[in-house]
Amino acid sequence: MDRPNAESAAFKSNEIGADRNDYVLKRKDRSMNLKLSSKELKKEGIEKTVEISEANIYSCYQCGKCTAGCPTSEFMDIPPHEVIRLLQLGQIEEILNENTIWICASCITCAVRCPKGVDLSKIMEALRQIVLRKNVNHVHPNKVSKEKLQTLPQIALIANFRKFTH
Amino acid sequence: METVSYMPGCTLKTAGKNFEESAIRLLEILGVTVEELERWFCCGTTYSLSSDNLMNHLAPVRTLLRAKETGRRELLVLCSMCYNTLRRTQDLVLHDQEKRDKINEFMYREETTFSGDEVRVVHLLNYLKDNVGFERVAEHIIRKPSDLKIALYYGCMLLRPEEVSIDESSEDPVIMEELFSSCGIEPVYFPFKTECCGSYQTVNKIDIVLSRAEQIIDSAVNNGADMIVTSCPLCYHNLDSSQERLADTVFGFRNIPVIYISQLLALLVGAGDAADYSLHSVDPRPVLKEKGLI
Repeated sequence: MDRPNAESAAFKSNEIGADRNDYVLKRKDRSMNLKLSSKELKKEGIEKTVEISEANIYSCYQCGKCTAGCPTSEFMDIPPHEVIRLLQLGQIEEILNENTIWICASCITCAVRCPKGVDLSKIMEALRQIVLRKNVNHVHPNKVSKEKLQTLPQIALIANFRKFTH
Repeated sequence: METVSYMPGCTLKTAGKNFEESAIRLLEILGVTVEELERWFCCGTTYSLSSDNLMNHLAPVRTLLRAKETGRRELLVLCSMCYNTLRRTQDLVLHDQEKRDKINEFMYREETTFSGDEVRVVHLLNYLKDNVGFERVAEHIIRKPSDLKIALYYGCMLLRPEEVSIDESSEDPVIMEELFSSCGIEPVYFPFKTECCGSYQTVNKIDIVLSRAEQIIDSAVNNGADMIVTSCPLCYHNLDSSQERLADTVFGFRNIPVIYISQLLALLVGAGDAADYSLHSVDPRPVLKEKGLI
């Protein structure tokens, strides 16, 4: 992924993503001790994710191309390739507690680049749906400011509400 | 005069008016009459990626049925999201019998059913290449710019997934480059041409869009571009409207006008006189004037 270098003007800006290097280093140390069992791996959330996405999460061999190509990964608490790894290990709650699926912009780059044909864009969608279908909105349309509603093109609002509301 | 069915999509009637107007005038000059579908539906912007929810496919299928009913083989679209959604929905219906049957059954009040191959969804760029021909476009040029350098920005939805890509390669597409080179304008090297602008995150996570816009614009400017030329109303909005804030917060940020492919082509073929530039945050007129296009 093209990372901004130290000379990039954006680095000096406080407004945009603050100090990006800092942000990346802030990522939680996710080393964990897990007790795995087939029950753990076949949890309902995992089965549901596989059903809705129709993707084979077990094909992933952690090459990292998805994260490398992801345009918004620098804003994600867990990068895309780690999301898949956590799914493989049955740790769906870890994923749903973080912001990754709501930072995803559905650009489909991950799906295009995966050498194993794992459609990560559909997996992200499935994870969003698992939350949204519990009647939990990520964005509240009635709380979007009047100014935004008047200045944003419909294409942005419709796409946003499609992805982030039930 | 050829006639082609046309589906504008919701945004091209308002925030993307300049895209539609310039495209229609361009096509007129090229001898193509555009006939808007009588009843079309908002495509929903994003193709639904859930395998178990068919509701979000209904609107695109209905629009495709309206296109089928015109009797014309092709449906022209300008908006990348409409293009992507209609194409992917069409492919789904074509290849998945069970879903096709369910959708058609649900829409039992429609006079015909949709099997997925009755209509060919064509983006303007493919239409210009395959139906009109880039040479024919070039023949209509009456105004050549002096030393104009453009960064051709594809965005995501015209290219991904590969099954719907407007160019053979989703990673290094060349169809826009071929078009503008035929018209005598050399595009600059632009490694961010297929990088996502941040899309719908512009609604509630503007930082993401500002970061993406900054990187994309920096790349265009650093490679010597005078303008960014795009084909997506959402990319256009993200790249154009971010610049005011970027100019305020990023030291050394340089503005660059963003225009649609059809706006530039319309100027080249002499159809740019009535153009309305009020929808641009970064006014393209100074650059257009400097390069002799207005």
